[in-house]
Amino acid sequence: MRKPWSDDRAERVLGAVACLVLATILGMVVFVFAKAWPSFSHNGLGWFGPAHDGTVDDQLTGIFNSPADPKHYQYELGAFSLLWGTILTTAGALVLGVAIAVLSSIFIVEFAPPPVRRVMTPVIRLLAAVPSVIYGLIGILVLVPFFGNHVISQDRKQSVLYVVQLTGTSLLVAVLILTVMIVPIMVSIMTDALRGVPRSWTEGAAALGVNRWRVMWTISVRASRPAFIAAIVLATARALGEAIMLSMVSGSQGFSPNPLDGLTFFLEPTRPLAATIVDNAEGLSVKPFGETIYAFAAVLLVSTFFLSLAGWAAKQPLKRYGMGV
Amino acid sequence: MAAAAPARRAPVVESTASWRLTDRIGLGLCWAAGLLLCLIAAGIVLYMAYRGLQYLRPHLLWERPLSDSDQSKSGGFLDPLVGTVALTLIGTAIALPVGVSTAVWLVEFGRPGWLARMVESGVEVIAGTPDIVIAIFGLVLFQQRIFAPLSFQAEGNAVFGRSFLTAGTMMALVALPFIVGSTREALQTIPRHVREASFALGKTRAATIRRVLLPASRPGIATGTVLGMGRIVGDTAIVVILLGASLQFQRVDGPPVVGDVRGTGSTLTSYVYNNSPAGEGNAPEKAYAAAFVLLIVVIALNLAAGRLGSGRTQWKR
Repeated sequence: MRKPWSDDRAERVLGAVACLVLATILGMVVFVFAKAWPSFSHNGLGWFGPAHDGTVDDQLTGIFNSPADPKHYQYELGAFSLLWGTILTTAGALVLGVAIAVLSSIFIVEFAPPPVRRVMTPVIRLLAAVPSVIYGLIGILVLVPFFGNHVISQDRKQSVLYVVQLTGTSLLVAVLILTVMIVPIMVSIMTDALRGVPRSWTEGAAALGVNRWRVMWTISVRASRPAFIAAIVLATARALGEAIMLSMVSGSQGFSPNPLDGLTFFLEPTRPLAATIVDNAEGLSVKPFGETIYAFAAVLLVSTFFLSLAGWAAKQPLKRYGMGV
Repeated sequence: MAAAAPARRAPVVESTASWRLTDRIGLGLCWAAGLLLCLIAAGIVLYMAYRGLQYLRPHLLWERPLSDSDQSKSGGFLDPLVGTVALTLIGTAIALPVGVSTAVWLVEFGRPGWLARMVESGVEVIAGTPDIVIAIFGLVLFQQRIFAPLSFQAEGNAVFGRSFLTAGTMMALVALPFIVGSTREALQTIPRHVREASFALGKTRAATIRRVLLPASRPGIATGTVLGMGRIVGDTAIVVILLGASLQFQRVDGPPVVGDVRGTGSTLTSYVYNNSPAGEGNAPEKAYAAAFVLLIVVIALNLAAGRLGSGRTQWKR
């Protein structure tokens, strides 16, 4: 038999493995930023602005076709429409998703009759487990043709034909599916938090003659606010990083939907950052193009990094009350 | 969770007639939101089952994919199926020891405190990092010269960086937060007196962890692992970027297994992606069939996770 490990040795080995996790994150930040640096340094703050001549896609093509001589590499980029696409899809999904998630969490915890409740738990788990590529497949083969053929009228297509073609791959479809994808993440955290509210608090409120809805709304929801914020933050990170589904349904066109277009705005195609990375994965070996793609990844990495930290920090006060999620 | 909740409250018979209108609207919206989620889930499963049963033929499961624009000649998805299994095994094999060690260290040692907090939030950061960023990080990492043995070197000494091994390593990062999370939770539910009883018998900390704590938290570890496997099976971005997503296995010269895992291939997810109108293949029938198989695998893994989770040890306080 081997000699059993001493405590010191166990602590050191396990601690080293834990530090490996930190090293991975550090490596991720360093590698991605080192690779992305030329794109940022060349464009400065203009990187975040609109494309100067032509669209982002024209600029990306230019970067892809830049001369082989390192001195003449193209980096000219204004990624605003991609950022705008990311912001729009994320914000849209959050607005819809938070409402649905809060309401259905209250429903599951308080109002659902036991048989319905027994169905809801696996339903949420199922929605969380469906791979994004299946969501994307349903989107591109069912929703997109439906919108393209039945919802968007010919007049509407004509009205914006001079800037963009409406085919059904649109902001709206992307937002709808993204909502379905982020709701289960929020629901699972929110229901845990609502269940963790001490019973004496809710019973106290009920004893004062408040009805069940008011108890939930004024006591339970408020008590679990930190968990709700954590849930929203994590869902935001997820929505920002969703790549495959969005690259399938959002239109794959570096176009910024214009809110001034009225209802057409929702039906215009867009392409968020993450989807751009997937769409252009083949070009990674072209040096300046690859560096531009890494710049997109760097932006995503920074935003999700801080969102995750914020979510982690938001959950800390809960632990103090023994309401750990 | 679901089973425990109803027992807490005796059925309340309360008429909502006396409620304020706004409260009743709120209640109605709750019902609407809950039922909407049920409908969406049912819709997805039933539609995928309908399309899947329509297009899935047994021969698809053991025929290798061929590139042909005619859908009846483009073969099945044996390679993606095997690829999914291989990638999941590699990813889990890496994530399991790392995840369990991290969780044990966090709960049982966790000194110094600042480092423990950093590791804890670090795991959250990994959980929140988009898989596409993980994929693209893996690519730049494994294209470094020292990682050449994991994939292969093209002419001109450029390291390719794409292989089952590299993709599997990055997949481990996807599964890691699940394993750390549920192992931690399982360890934390073990009451102090269990550890103290073990110390009283003269066991060291290390022996307690190995002989008492890890066996006791096995259901939790298993749940996390299976959930993590579900994530790996369903992940597309890492496969598209790090596995090359070639239709068939492209093995590298070498001994049988080693040459295979250093080569590239595809999984069910990348097969679906490439056969959807968004990919090059555009063969919706194949995509539906493969997506159906994928959905079954993922649902099965989640059911298994639920089963394992319900078998947890109940501790007396």
